[in-house]
Amino acid sequence: MIPGIGAFTRDILWCFSQVKGTMETGTTEADIISTVEFNHTGELLATGDKGGRVVIFQREQESKNQVHRRGEYNVYSTFQSHEPEFDYLKSLEIEEKINKIRWLPQQNAAYFLLSTNDKTVKLWKVSERDKRPEGYNLKDEEGRLRDPATITTLRVPVLRPMDLMVEATPRRVFANAHTYHINSISVNSDYETYMSADDLRINLWNFEITNQSFNIVDIKPANMEELTEVITAAEFHPHHCNTFVYSSSKGTIRLCDMRASALCDRHTKFFEEPEDPSNRSFFSEIISSISDVKFSHSGRYIMTRDYLTVKVWDLNMENRPIETYQVHDYLRSKLCSLYENDCIFDKFECVWNGSDSVIMTGSYNNFFRMFDRNTKRDVTLEASRENSKPRAILKPRKVCVGGKRRKDEISVDSLDFSKKILHTAWHPSENIIAVAATNNLYIFQDKVN
Amino acid sequence: MLSKGLKRKQEEEEEGKEALAVDTWWLGPGHPAVAHAPPAVASRSLFDLSVLKLHHSLQQSEPDLQHLVLVVNTLRRIQACMAPTAALPPMPSLPTAPGIADNLLASSDASLSASMASLLEDLSHIEGLSQAPQPLVDEGPPGHPTGGAPPSLGALDLLGPATGCLLVDGLEGLFEDTDTSMYDSELWAPASEGHKSSPEDGPGKEEAPELDEAELDYLMDVLVGTQALERPPGPGC
Repeated sequence: MIPGIGAFTRDILWCFSQVKGTMETGTTEADIISTVEFNHTGELLATGDKGGRVVIFQREQESKNQVHRRGEYNVYSTFQSHEPEFDYLKSLEIEEKINKIRWLPQQNAAYFLLSTNDKTVKLWKVSERDKRPEGYNLKDEEGRLRDPATITTLRVPVLRPMDLMVEATPRRVFANAHTYHINSISVNSDYETYMSADDLRINLWNFEITNQSFNIVDIKPANMEELTEVITAAEFHPHHCNTFVYSSSKGTIRLCDMRASALCDRHTKFFEEPEDPSNRSFFSEIISSISDVKFSHSGRYIMTRDYLTVKVWDLNMENRPIETYQVHDYLRSKLCSLYENDCIFDKFECVWNGSDSVIMTGSYNNFFRMFDRNTKRDVTLEASRENSKPRAILKPRKVCVGGKRRKDEISVDSLDFSKKILHTAWHPSENIIAVAATNNLYIFQDKVN
Repeated sequence: MLSKGLKRKQEEEEEGKEALAVDTWWLGPGHPAVAHAPPAVASRSLFDLSVLKLHHSLQQSEPDLQHLVLVVNTLRRIQACMAPTAALPPMPSLPTAPGIADNLLASSDASLSASMASLLEDLSHIEGLSQAPQPLVDEGPPGHPTGGAPPSLGALDLLGPATGCLLVDGLEGLFEDTDTSMYDSELWAPASEGHKSSPEDGPGKEEAPELDEAELDYLMDVLVGTQALERPPGPGC
């Protein structure tokens, strides 16, 4: 099934597949999912949470007997990636919350991923062990040393099958390079380097070297009183290992070429849309702050998410986006209230589908939105336990902005702003999506005919 | 478990549970409904709310820099729009920590700008404390605040009757009773951070004054002890 091809002739019908997480109403803060990411093949799905844990799900092999039930995701490995730390110099606690997970392309039997909290990036190796050696000469089966005097013959140890064990081991720890909070990590297409970005700086790392990194972007002013802008997200180009972009709290995107200079404080391209005078308000800057930036798989476009919209930019046109999608424009009249309760600072992410024809992002009330770039149609869906019957087709939702509310519509004033979909992921080649709703992970698939 | 500082996200989740009601009083300027409310009053309310947010943000154990910058920028924008000398009607007291609202309302806007700038500057000095020495860079102990004050102000501890307003004429007077002798020693110049390929000596660097040996030894012990604690166990390669 090639996503996007079908979209020319029919809309995708999304069905509930699975939900992971507790059904209890009281949510432990540590269980709140803070990042979701498929690996490059879609076989694995990783989540990170506020408690510093990483849970990896693996897609089961598809069964010939159950063709209508595409492979489900089951827990493959769980490990504690980051622990709470204490910075003694500043007397500050460093949160263990996993801000981002990024997979490395698979090059052997093991899987590798990067996980980061506010300060430290770690490279984890996840590998399987399904055999164990038996028949040692100097040790018995329990591992105790044997008396050499009792050994009369020599034997060759053999590997015997054992129950599958999945091990996660930290292979690298990249620490002490960020003064401010890390918001992004991105693996370079050379598979040798990656970058980590905090509020004011971006560092380039080599996977093999943990005690040094190269600073490639630094927007910290000499006088902090001149600080008016911070870095909000950063990503490498999917194919050109010299190119990356970073977004800012002022709604700008800068594309940099590392070949131009070692310190990329001068951008190669600068993307910014002029402010609409009719929408100008005290909150214009806050809602223009970009919370996520993603290259398309083709590398030709970038997508940005600000508080009310998703925008698609062509790398060859800097003065305005080529497409703008309204996520929840009905909130524009409520910005003051949203500023008061800090919801206006929520950082929503956005994702492309495998063919770059559909984009997805989250909203409030556990709603998430999809926009088909070709048909220009959009849909609002909800991640909720009520719609969690196996293979149940998700019913589109609609928010009533005024006038008479229809039966299945929800009014703006009834939206639950504590239920926010900040993190979503799309399978790299199939119509399978993962949606994080607080402490639950929903997996939806398109209906298989 | 380590005690945690105030978590902005936890509070925002709790507050967000309330359904948002349409309230024209709080609508931003430019919206047609604001025409029914005096713009100066609406701006003043936003201004006070923003100042409270700024204060609350700085009370966090480690302020969210993006949140801080956006709030400060919004404050500046509101300030620029507000009439500088117009007499404002009496404001209702905001439901905040007792004592703060009156003090904030009494502060002058001009000094607020200077205070916001000072607070951001103080953040810079405090952030410099966490810089561990990096190889390939001029070796030097991390920077430290040179006479600056920690941004995490104790809630009401500094609002004694003698201090009056929180944000008036800079912050020096508020910290008279805080012993900053260790930080005032200026032993460490702010170190260049990261590995800048174009190394530069910023204009803000200061020369280290003299210290007696006992203080130097104590500071080095703290630094060495901190590094030993922060160094993670080496992973198997």
